Amino acid sequence: MFPIVEAEFIAPDVKRFVIEAPRIARKRRAGQFVIVRVHPHGERIPLTIADGDPRRGVITLIVQGIGKTTKLMNLLEAGESILDLVGPLGRASEVENFGTAVVIGGGVGAAIAYPTAKALREAGNHVISILGGRSRELVILEPEIRAISDEVLVTTDDGSYGRKGLVIDPLKEMIALGRPIDYVLAIGPVRMMQAVAETTRPHHIRTVVSLNSLMVDGTGMCGGCRIITNDGARFACVDGPEFDAHTVNFEILVQRNRAYADREAEELREFQEHTEEMANEVHHWCRLESACPEVGPRG
Amino acid sequence: MSLNKIPPKERTKIPRVHMPEQPAEFRRANFEEVNQGLTILGATTEAIRCLECAKPHCIDGCPVNVNIREFVRLVTEGDYLAAAAKIREDNVLPAITGRVCPQETQCEACCVLGKKHEPLGIGYLERFVADYEREHGVFGIPERAPLTGRKIAIVGSGPAGLSAAGDLVRKGHEVTVFEALHEIGGVLLYGIPQFRLPKEIVEHEVNVLRQMGVDFQTNVVIGKTVTIDELMTEEGYHAVLIATGAGLPKFLEVPGEHYNGVYSANEFLTRVNLMKAYDPSYDEPVFDCRGHDIAVVGGGNTAMDAVRTACRLGARTSYLIYRRSETEMPARLEEVKHAKEEGIQFLCLTNPVEFCGNDKGWLQAVRCIRMELGEPDASGRRSPIPIPGSEFDLPIQMAVIALGTGANPLVQSTTPDLQTNRKGYIAADAETLATSKRGVFAAGDIVTGSATVILAMAAGRKAAASIDQYLQTLSN
Ligand SMILES: Cc1cc2nc3c(=O)[nH]c(=O)nc-3n(C[C@H](O)[C@H](O)[C@H](O)COP(=O)(O)OP(=O)(O)OC[C@H]3O[C@@H](n4cnc5c(N)ncnc54)[C@H](O)[C@@H]3O)c2cc1C
Ligand SMILES: Cc1cc2nc3c(=O)[nH]c(=O)nc-3n(C[C@H](O)[C@H](O)[C@H](O)COP(=O)(O)OP(=O)(O)OC[C@H]3O[C@@H](n4cnc5c(N)ncnc54)[C@H](O)[C@@H]3O)c2cc1C
Ligand code: SF4
Ligand code: SF4
Ligand code: FES
Repeated sequence: MFPIVEAEFIAPDVKRFVIEAPRIARKRRAGQFVIVRVHPHGERIPLTIADGDPRRGVITLIVQGIGKTTKLMNLLEAGESILDLVGPLGRASEVENFGTAVVIGGGVGAAIAYPTAKALREAGNHVISILGGRSRELVILEPEIRAISDEVLVTTDDGSYGRKGLVIDPLKEMIALGRPIDYVLAIGPVRMMQAVAETTRPHHIRTVVSLNSLMVDGTGMCGGCRIITNDGARFACVDGPEFDAHTVNFEILVQRNRAYADREAEELREFQEHTEEMANEVHHWCRLESACPEVGPRG
Repeated sequence: MSLNKIPPKERTKIPRVHMPEQPAEFRRANFEEVNQGLTILGATTEAIRCLECAKPHCIDGCPVNVNIREFVRLVTEGDYLAAAAKIREDNVLPAITGRVCPQETQCEACCVLGKKHEPLGIGYLERFVADYEREHGVFGIPERAPLTGRKIAIVGSGPAGLSAAGDLVRKGHEVTVFEALHEIGGVLLYGIPQFRLPKEIVEHEVNVLRQMGVDFQTNVVIGKTVTIDELMTEEGYHAVLIATGAGLPKFLEVPGEHYNGVYSANEFLTRVNLMKAYDPSYDEPVFDCRGHDIAVVGGGNTAMDAVRTACRLGARTSYLIYRRSETEMPARLEEVKHAKEEGIQFLCLTNPVEFCGNDKGWLQAVRCIRMELGEPDASGRRSPIPIPGSEFDLPIQMAVIALGTGANPLVQSTTPDLQTNRKGYIAADAETLATSKRGVFAAGDIVTGSATVILAMAAGRKAAASIDQYLQTLSN
């Protein structure tokens, strides 16, 4: 069991967790993720390590509640624990001094992009961050990202904050104005990452995306996370999650991520109808004192 | 009259006992174990068939030389616990091997009875005594030698890791098993299905080890969470055994393998066995086979397990596509027989060349080509050759690729001074199982490539013995 030491909502349905996982805290690098299982009948889901403190032995996860598992997880509070948590998985982001780096985070993608943006800044890049959300309250981590960026641009779909439009718009403008850009990192909904890839492709700007394929083990054992690139199939959990955006087949990624859409919708409905019972159950499992003795705090 | 006074001629007249099974039409829709196990009467009758040969060839056929003649004799005497103890001298997982060993190519292949009659049901008897021992709960926890103060890390909790853990903890060493997944057991748990090897049996073995003092740490991926070097320096382990299995899935590498509905056997079986997708009270999704036509590609145990699993998940038609003929199938005979009884359609001498899908990305059909057998290849098996122009389309909505597995490079790639062979398996000395790195040993499928439970178990024990010797050479 992995004790939760802090848990707070930072936007509607978006919760930030600080979790005790000393081994992972010591090892993790920007761009890596963990796989989490919340209750004994639960599935394993991947979540990016948004931050970590090896001294305190803790890592930070930022979770957007979009389906049953993430919504269940977001019911958990400090003092409870995560049943299973394994990592750090995946390859660390490639970080070097590229020159000017544009980091684009759409929605919860900002949380995934944050550690890499921070590392890019530390490596000497001029970091321009573009944050986007559907509306004001869905723009997350703005203060944190401001602290590690040279420039920050914010867009909202409805214009309730920053400029009205999509995260892709400021990028297009910069390119049109001829601003030199050496590196782009785009993380968010697949369609957003695809649009960024198409925008930078004609200009041969090195562009990296972090792909969110469906995963089971996260160690290269099942092949379920495979994505199709120009060089053939790759496993997102071990060869990624970051890939050269210009080689990725996004259509296939969208289709593969929809593989269980019916079942997911059914589970979400079930969750919405029985939230209270499910909450009781998950609290039962995640309270420290009910933990099985053989699964002590690890990792 | 004492049972063993029956003259050999009379014994050979007794027909081989039948394993009680769930009827095929019933079991093809549930995940309960197919084989129900022998009764005491059945076991006794079978045991009496043994001729108690002066030169028991059966023992030579067993990779770990279980003293078959002796344990079978103890069964005729009704001393099942002594029989179990006799097996355990050489084989610490009898309830498992009794169920999954390919007996027809090992112990039973060498039984003299098989020359003129049916060979002795050695696997059935092994399973019988092991189940008896477990169910009667009298199995004492083996004694542990005084603590030595030596710490050993075992990476991977399959049969190789588990058997090594048992031997080493008994010698008084401190043993920690690290497992990447959230449960212990390796392929025994996530690969081999419930209907062939109930999970309670694996759990029982793990609990015995736990009571003996083995420390199990799940959710630790060696190479990621912590490296072998860190285990040996920062965490103070004196020796490490790598028993990570051969977990890397192989795909056909034909067009269309990305369609939804195409799985590796590892993914399909993990979703169903480890994550229990067959049980609606679990959240894990898997393709809804009900009313669909499905195909599994391959001819080994994994392919049989996958196709019979899909059948149990409600598939309308379940095909098994295999590129050689049935005689070349590497699966256990019993699994092939069971699969056929359950209505699995065998398409032998057939090979997929492409998967076809619809515009939503879902699998719709597999294009296959017929094959014929040519000259024997290097392995002595006749290699299949495609027959030009024989392509045909088979409409299916789910496919599982079960072509075997390779070495997962996670540990090797993060342990610089560990030598591997051309295929990425860890190079280990045949006798000591020592690797190129001092204090690091390797055993099981990660050394040999996919093999069998009994060979992995034997290798685990061999490694345990040489680790114990190695520890004695350390000065402090
Ligand atoms: C490497 C990696 C890192 C990730 N990091 C984070 C993170 O830091 N924070 C975070 O909130 N989420 C992250 N995700 C996404 C997260 O894993 C999914 O949101 C989660 O698995 C959904 O589970 P669920 O049961 O709640 O929803 P489901 O019921 O599985 O899905 C609900 C809806 O979301 C869609 N969906 C399902 N899985 C994914 C997915 N993997 N990506 C995108 N959409 C999906 C479904 O199509 C469905 O419409 C990451 C994914 C990957 C692969
Ligand atoms: C579906 C299927 C059916 C089979 N049927 C039979 C049968 O009927 N009879 C038979 O004899 N054999 C059968 N086999 C083969 C047999 O199961 C294997 O040969 C045997 O399990 C190998 O044992 P092992 O201990 O070497 O590895 P495994 O059982 O593969 O265990 C390795 C363990 O190590 C863990 N691991 C891997 N990497 C790491 C890491 N980096 N850090 C931590 N942990 C790690 C894995 O998660 C796994 O739990 C079958 C195999 C499969 C897949
Ligand atoms: S371990 Fe396997 S081969 Fe040996 S006697 Fe038992 S069933 Fe036969
Ligand atoms: S070879 Fe057959 S008959 Fe002879 S001892 Fe072995 S099992 Fe018995
Ligand atoms: S999640 Fe199983 S191989 Fe990537």
